[in-house]
Amino acid sequence: MNLLLCLVCIMLMPLAAAGLALIHQGLGRSRSAAHAMLATLCALAISAIVFVTIGSAWAGFAGGSAHSFAAGGVRWDWLGAVEFFPSGIGMDPADAAGYRRALTLCLEMFAAGLAATIPLSGGTDRWRLAPACLASALLAGFLFPLFAHWAWGAGWLAGLGANFGISRFVDTGGAGVVQVVGGLMAVSVVWILGPRRGKFAEDGVPAAIPGHNIVQVLFGCILALVGWIGLDSASSILFFDAGPQQVVWVVINAMLSASAGGLAAVLVTRARYRKPDASISANGWIAGLVAGSAACAMVSPVAAIDTGIVAGVLVTYMIEIAELRLQVDDPGGAVSVHAGAGLWGLIALGLFGHFPDGTRAGHMLAQLVGVAALLGFMLPLIYGANLLLNRVAPYRVDNDGDWQGMDIRELGAGAYPEFVVHADEFVPR
Amino acid sequence: MRLIGCLLLLSGFFVALAALVLLPAVLTRLVFVTAGLGVEILGVALLTRAHTLMQKERR
Repeated sequence: MNLLLCLVCIMLMPLAAAGLALIHQGLGRSRSAAHAMLATLCALAISAIVFVTIGSAWAGFAGGSAHSFAAGGVRWDWLGAVEFFPSGIGMDPADAAGYRRALTLCLEMFAAGLAATIPLSGGTDRWRLAPACLASALLAGFLFPLFAHWAWGAGWLAGLGANFGISRFVDTGGAGVVQVVGGLMAVSVVWILGPRRGKFAEDGVPAAIPGHNIVQVLFGCILALVGWIGLDSASSILFFDAGPQQVVWVVINAMLSASAGGLAAVLVTRARYRKPDASISANGWIAGLVAGSAACAMVSPVAAIDTGIVAGVLVTYMIEIAELRLQVDDPGGAVSVHAGAGLWGLIALGLFGHFPDGTRAGHMLAQLVGVAALLGFMLPLIYGANLLLNRVAPYRVDNDGDWQGMDIRELGAGAYPEFVVHADEFVPR
Repeated sequence: MRLIGCLLLLSGFFVALAALVLLPAVLTRLVFVTAGLGVEILGVALLTRAHTLMQKERR
């Protein structure tokens, strides 16, 4: 196993969070731009500290100790049980297993940070900084490690093959572990926060609140691509023993999937609105990356393109349905892009994946069980945890703050102090 | 309505788990896991509906 290559790939991962940060602040209003970037920085900082000190113990690692119970004649390994506050792991040059464990810790630390930035996108323009930080701690300290253990840390989903004779649940690049968990957190936050003031009229018709800087959004897409390539490659090496030959195909498939998703969104919006929509196309690009990260090198390039196309089309319609029919105000499209495309990616792997052993039905079954665990267990858990946290620290800024913008309200200064401030076009006064 | 939505989500998850434990053949398991997912989708729909209604009441 090429652990040095893995370390280099892990070091690319913060660019994925940088890309998502640019996207969600660009899709929000200018009066909340500095707040959005600071919230991202705080989420990354808190999730790193909380994950390394506490969460990593529950995420565990393959071969490490874990909490388990017996039911139905099977042992259910449900939570890691390694030490809190890890230190000195893998420092001995002769300890290859320790080095590998240290790399796992490093990868999951950045992955937890990436997952923590996703709900910020849904809560743009109205989520207070302190509760957002607490929610990041909750995600990195317990929610992310729980599912990371199930899928990456030899938990019950990774053990489906050994225990039930089907196949193991495969989530190579974290479409479920990172993206869907972050996306479900975004759903919960969006539900609890409610829409921005002025977003929906009395009769439920939505007002357009366009993003303030689409150039940054599109640049964020390119940054995210580099970070995603790092995440997909590193997790393929660490969790699925991919060699350098497979990593080349991880990179190719990531680019193909993102390209297909972005182009599909460009074409669909061109066909429906007569001109391509830049913000939805950016979301299509990210959706392609998200969906493609489930399979990485386990599908052919044609299948990676197919996965990306479906993700791009799906996101275009999901964003519209969420806003027009369900009256969900999700400025960055986090729910559709991360939860929707992530779930599709996991199913697509069951449909298109190349596996050395087992039947297609067995692989599809394992992927569907993973999807059922995400929707049926993780969603109520994440939603319930956010409801409780909202009681302790109310998520939503007050009405004045909603109108003033989060920069002035929470930071005391705007992101662009020399800009001319126009009368508010979107909020009734 | 939100509580029922959450209970439906959990029920769908346990249907999927029960299929894994109780049924021997892959195809029957696949059918029951898909049914469990269907129950979960109902739960998501109910939760979404509950929040849409709450927003209307707030307006």
